[in-house]
Amino acid sequence: MKKLFLSLIVLGLILSLTILYGCKKEESKTPVELLGAGATFPQPLYTKWFDVYYTKTNGLVKVNYQGIGSGGGIQQLIEKVVDFGASDAPMNSEEEKKAGAEVIHIPVALGGVVVTYNLPGNPKLKLSGEVVAEIFMGKITNWNDPKIKELNPDINLPTLEITVAHRSDGSGTTYVFSDYLTKVSETWKKEMGVGKSLNWKVGLGGKGNAGVAGIVQQTPGAIGYVELIYAEQNGLQYAMIRNKSGNFINPDLKSISEAANVTIPKDTKVSITDTDNPKGYPISSFTWIIVYKEQNYGGRDLNRAKALVELLNWMNTEAQEYNESLLYAKIPDAVRKVNEDNIKSITFAGKPIK
Amino acid sequence: MRKDRVFKIVLLSGGIVIIILLSAIFLSLVFSSIPSLKEFGIKFLFSKSWDPVNNQFGAVPFIIGTLLTSIISLLITIPFSLSISIYLSEYLKNKTISKILQTLIELIAGIPSVVIGLWGLFILSPFIRNVQLKLGIPPIGVGIFTASLILSIMIIPYSASIGKEVLSLVPDEVREGAISLGATDFEVVKGILLPFSFKGIFGGFILSFGRAFGETMAVTMVIGNANRVPTSIFSPGQTMASLIANEFTEATSTLHLSSLIEIGLILFIISMLINILGRVIIRRVSF
Amino acid sequence: MEKEIRKRVLKDRVFKKIITLFTYLSIIPLFLIIYFVMARGLKYINLRFLTQLPKPMGEAGGGIFNAIVGSFIIVGIASLIAIPIGVISGIFLSEFKESKISEFIKILVDTLQGIPSIVIGIIAYLWIVKPLKHFSALSGSIALSIMMLPIVIKSTEEILNMVPNEIKEGAIALGAPYYRVVLKVLLPYGFVGILTGILLGISRILGETAPLLFTAFGNQFLNLNIFKPMSTIPYLIFVYATSPYKDWHNQAFAASVVLIIIVLSINLIGRFFEKRWKT
Repeated sequence: MKKLFLSLIVLGLILSLTILYGCKKEESKTPVELLGAGATFPQPLYTKWFDVYYTKTNGLVKVNYQGIGSGGGIQQLIEKVVDFGASDAPMNSEEEKKAGAEVIHIPVALGGVVVTYNLPGNPKLKLSGEVVAEIFMGKITNWNDPKIKELNPDINLPTLEITVAHRSDGSGTTYVFSDYLTKVSETWKKEMGVGKSLNWKVGLGGKGNAGVAGIVQQTPGAIGYVELIYAEQNGLQYAMIRNKSGNFINPDLKSISEAANVTIPKDTKVSITDTDNPKGYPISSFTWIIVYKEQNYGGRDLNRAKALVELLNWMNTEAQEYNESLLYAKIPDAVRKVNEDNIKSITFAGKPIK
Repeated sequence: MRKDRVFKIVLLSGGIVIIILLSAIFLSLVFSSIPSLKEFGIKFLFSKSWDPVNNQFGAVPFIIGTLLTSIISLLITIPFSLSISIYLSEYLKNKTISKILQTLIELIAGIPSVVIGLWGLFILSPFIRNVQLKLGIPPIGVGIFTASLILSIMIIPYSASIGKEVLSLVPDEVREGAISLGATDFEVVKGILLPFSFKGIFGGFILSFGRAFGETMAVTMVIGNANRVPTSIFSPGQTMASLIANEFTEATSTLHLSSLIEIGLILFIISMLINILGRVIIRRVSF
Repeated sequence: MEKEIRKRVLKDRVFKKIITLFTYLSIIPLFLIIYFVMARGLKYINLRFLTQLPKPMGEAGGGIFNAIVGSFIIVGIASLIAIPIGVISGIFLSEFKESKISEFIKILVDTLQGIPSIVIGIIAYLWIVKPLKHFSALSGSIALSIMMLPIVIKSTEEILNMVPNEIKEGAIALGAPYYRVVLKVLLPYGFVGILTGILLGISRILGETAPLLFTAFGNQFLNLNIFKPMSTIPYLIFVYATSPYKDWHNQAFAASVVLIIIVLSINLIGRFFEKRWKT
């Protein structure tokens, strides 16, 4: 009996020592663990980046990134529970007000939202914005609908009910998608609107881009919207979308980059959906990292702020090498310049961070 | 003497901690629900729309989703758990097999919810999908029905063990009396045991219903996450618990977060009431 | 008369057959679940899987080492919180079982046990994550300890209620002060029961995911600091299962096998002890 008590106490001691050791390790030197959360749109890219960065800094900087949706990223940044938020939808005025302090948006990659589907034979479909809107509003319910046939006369479309897959969490991808549809469909603008979470009339909800891709992958006749890499990595077919100039564009690195040929405002908040560029893919978007301009909050120290700034600069420059292999476009040079200036403006206790 | 007094106070504080804990939980939930309570009032319980874009929130789709899945799962469970209770307490005489059976049944209760959800997502859903394809309905695999099936698998052990305990409380003399009068086992069960233990078994079902009511992970993975009132048993839906699991980390507006917490409060209150009801009924069982 | 009896006997036999059928049908899910999970998961368990960290999203390979360590730490701390409070409360309920306050608290303990795990997650978020502005393993542990508490309390109370009065009275008759009677006589006597409660509680919280969704939050790296986010096995299973990556699905199954083995073993040990003292 006594032996068991003793062993329990020993176990407790070992546990406590592990905890103390874990805590001490933090204080000892420069090792920093940064916490970021938000968009799943760029998650494959970010997790690759942070894996590389860990090796590059010899294990000194761990960046823990959790893909909980753009809405989550913004929320946790407002709560000051994370070092940076990640979102495909820039913060709106209500959110910035809640944050209480000035935030900086840093676009670090370009992606495209593709319309992906599960049909026998995996045909490459052509779709228009209006048809897409009607499908996702539940007004077109079967794959053999004449409106779809009209755009795809050469393809044998089955008589199969359409199962819509959308996001169940607060999503920047949804924001980009609905932003585009609002521009091309009056009905969508009236009935659904723009937002990270929408009042969906039909369909199943999936958590994250991964969740939606999962639903499409497993459900015959399903259609969903995901970032390009999710469709590619999982062997899902996606549609060519008709852009403003009337051309059916296949989403790829080139067409996504073409859509980003716009002037970047200083706050970098710009929507590039429904692009004027005749070669551009109409559902493209920047994705942003959002941080507080003044880093002296919530008990942070200079060390941590420095690590964050170094990370941001790395993301703006060397990290871009990894974008294209994961099907994200690099940010245009003009954007890089604006980012550089914005990152330089980050301060700690009022002083710029060297 | 002194030490004894201190000791007794320590013991008492152990009890008081529970009181404080539970009150604190309730008060926290209420306090954080205030923005949504103020904004929607009682309408919250009757509104069907969950619209984060326009900041309009109502609990109806989720109350219905939770009720549907819990009730259907209970209906599926009843024949099975009743059979197990009767079998183990009346029919099976072999001690070893009885022990093995009981252990096996209780093992199901030990499997973590997320693993059952995993199985539901990758093994059960495709199966249901095939059934749906044959029936000509959208082959989504997930939905109210799948979630109810999963739930019933999870609550059968719980409800069966309560049922068995209640049945075993019936004094042997009653059984023997009936048998000596020439009753078959079936008649003993039907005419004597079940009426006698009806209250306890019913209480057990209420408690199992409560269990199903609050289950989160397995349901989240197979219910389809559709924030609408389900139109059929194969529709996707959403329960109160799965809604919170999906949207909590991302509610950006104060109203959204507060509405989610209010759903948590509703969940808390209803689970508590079901639990107390079930236990009160069972405690009344005595011979 | 004969026909009557034959009808009744027939009904009896049919009824028995139905009952038996349904009973054995209900264990089928157990076998289906364990079989399919094992079938798909076992082959991916190897040393690399158990000792490496996860790879970036979409890349194959990697392991669940951080989740295993994380589960161990978070559950360990939750136990350290729940065991002392639970045992003390259990002693209280058993020793003062006549008093009204004890009755009241018993109802509260039952209520506590019935609280949906996701609500406990909300509470831990409101109480710890929000004020401290941190997701942390500690907040996850506190959530889990709240779930473990009722199990420990009930087992403790039950076994102490079973202690024969003579033992207690004997100790008191020998002049032992009250606190000694409890600590040196009652507790050792009821040790097995208390241990059962602890084991069953641990096996329960090892598999819990919902309370960790917005407390411990998850971490791709190995983390030993309880004030930071930490990964756990059930959380990892959830994230991987709801992704579209086949490799992650396989890892989810493999992790489930690991989890099932650990949880069911502890569960079985706990129930083994439970049978011993409940009879």
